[in-house]
Amino acid sequence: MSSTTTVNRSAATTEAPWVRWLLTGLALLFIALFLIIPLVSVFFEALRQGWGLFAASFTDPDALAAIKLTLITAAIAVPLNLVFGVAAAWAIARFRFKGRSVLTTLIDLPFAVSPVVAGLIYVLLFGAQGWFGPWLAEHDIKIIFAIPGIVLATVFVTFPFVARELIPLMEAQGSDEEHAALVLGASGWQTFWRITLPNIKWGLLYGVILANARAMGEFGAVSVVSGHIRGMTNTIPLHVEILYNEYNFVGAFACASLLALLALVTLAVKSFIEWRSARLAEEDRRHATEE
Amino acid sequence: MAFKQNSVLPGFGLSLGYSIFYLSLIVLLPLAALITKTFDLDWAHFWSAVSEPRVVATYKVTFGASFLAALINLVTGLLIAWVLVRYSFPGKRLIDALVDLPFALPTAVAGIALATLYAPNGWIGQWFAAGTPIGNLFGPEGLPLAFQPIGIVIALTFVTLPFVVRTVQPVLADIEQELEEAASSLGASRWQIFRLVILPTLLPALLTGFSLAFARAIGEYGSVIFIAGNMPFKSEITPLMIISKLEQYDYAGATAIAVVMLLVSFVLLLAINGLQWWSARRLGRN
Repeated sequence: MSSTTTVNRSAATTEAPWVRWLLTGLALLFIALFLIIPLVSVFFEALRQGWGLFAASFTDPDALAAIKLTLITAAIAVPLNLVFGVAAAWAIARFRFKGRSVLTTLIDLPFAVSPVVAGLIYVLLFGAQGWFGPWLAEHDIKIIFAIPGIVLATVFVTFPFVARELIPLMEAQGSDEEHAALVLGASGWQTFWRITLPNIKWGLLYGVILANARAMGEFGAVSVVSGHIRGMTNTIPLHVEILYNEYNFVGAFACASLLALLALVTLAVKSFIEWRSARLAEEDRRHATEE
Repeated sequence: MAFKQNSVLPGFGLSLGYSIFYLSLIVLLPLAALITKTFDLDWAHFWSAVSEPRVVATYKVTFGASFLAALINLVTGLLIAWVLVRYSFPGKRLIDALVDLPFALPTAVAGIALATLYAPNGWIGQWFAAGTPIGNLFGPEGLPLAFQPIGIVIALTFVTLPFVVRTVQPVLADIEQELEEAASSLGASRWQIFRLVILPTLLPALLTGFSLAFARAIGEYGSVIFIAGNMPFKSEITPLMIISKLEQYDYAGATAIAVVMLLVSFVLLLAINGLQWWSARRLGRN
């Protein structure tokens, strides 16, 4: 992207070498202090007392229960938001209707709300004091301080990810191919499965991995609705908090290192998708100039 | 104008209907519950809940620390974006990918890592502890970083680091080199070109990144509570206040503070939308 411009810059449009070195050095120092050292320290603290203790952290039944709950939560929340994201992107990117921009703004709303407030709203709806509290108690349904509340809070905080990735992508692609498919006699669903979905699959994957990372790592919102029952309603981040507050640092950082690993995988997949789409755009441009 | 412009594409009713249904169920209805819940309180109670001195202290800590963190990222974010777009150095692609780490790393993980690093015996905190050369510059106590208000700024700086970089980067990459060449041929120095040509072009993106960082920092909870020390009147943040009210079963108090936070979020969301509209127009994309 920028490598070609760097080479071609004339003396008038770049800085003296010592300024370049100084600025690069400062930027790297800040990145080392705030990004690299914290990341490395998670793995260092986890392995501080050797592999044995590190591995032992994962045989603890409470840790295993936390891992399982985290996987279940993400497995429900991410597909729900995926279906919504595709539906919303289809409506917003393919049609012009009144209130379209209001809808787009409302989809971003969960990003603007503090995670703690996000948890609180479900307590106010489904908690013992909440709107549906008495009715739920009567029918012996538990949402708050139970798994459904955790899933709901996670759905809320990961709500916009897929939609906000797909809307600009589908707007940019336009609907020519879909129109062509319909003219050739394809049904609506055929058009969606064979034309739209293959066209958006990378953007979809991008949104899904970001939503998944947030779903597995969410702390504030889940903390409010979970009730912190060990082995029952603790996700990995909540389990990390408990271990850390009990001064079990190896255990806390061992569980944290799982999440840090997930973050690294997320970044790797994200970079790969960005690199791929940049390369495709480059190829498109070359084809366009050749014709 | 009709509600919808004609289109031969199918599925409008289904996709829009489902989107609105799901949005209402997950987002709008619960937020409405929060707002109606505050009507249970009369104005005097609401006001006393949100203006209690300990709560007011948390507003000051939250807004102050968020503003400082966003300001730090305004400067370093521009620096990082500049270096990534304009210079080449080994490992640049890796660094570029790593900038997004705070978006991918769970906040609780960041919280315990930063608290451990910046504690007086931590890798970074030890350089500022009492009796060390740097620590002595700040007096006999040294400069304690973790478990102090400054720890909150550190955590928020980490969490909001990508915003300014990612808003400035594409705009900086799009600036035409010819503009700078023209300015140079008219006799402008490099610093004048930066100040008078490049900086004004980047201004909307900088402000957008700053407000996104500020908005995110105000609501942040997970990364802060581990490093803050959470001392009443000194290093308690507003989201923590909501949690502690809930733990005391003071639902009305928690709701009142949450509504204040929600209002602030809405105002910031509107401001950010306005900024993005302005910056798109400035760049001639509208």
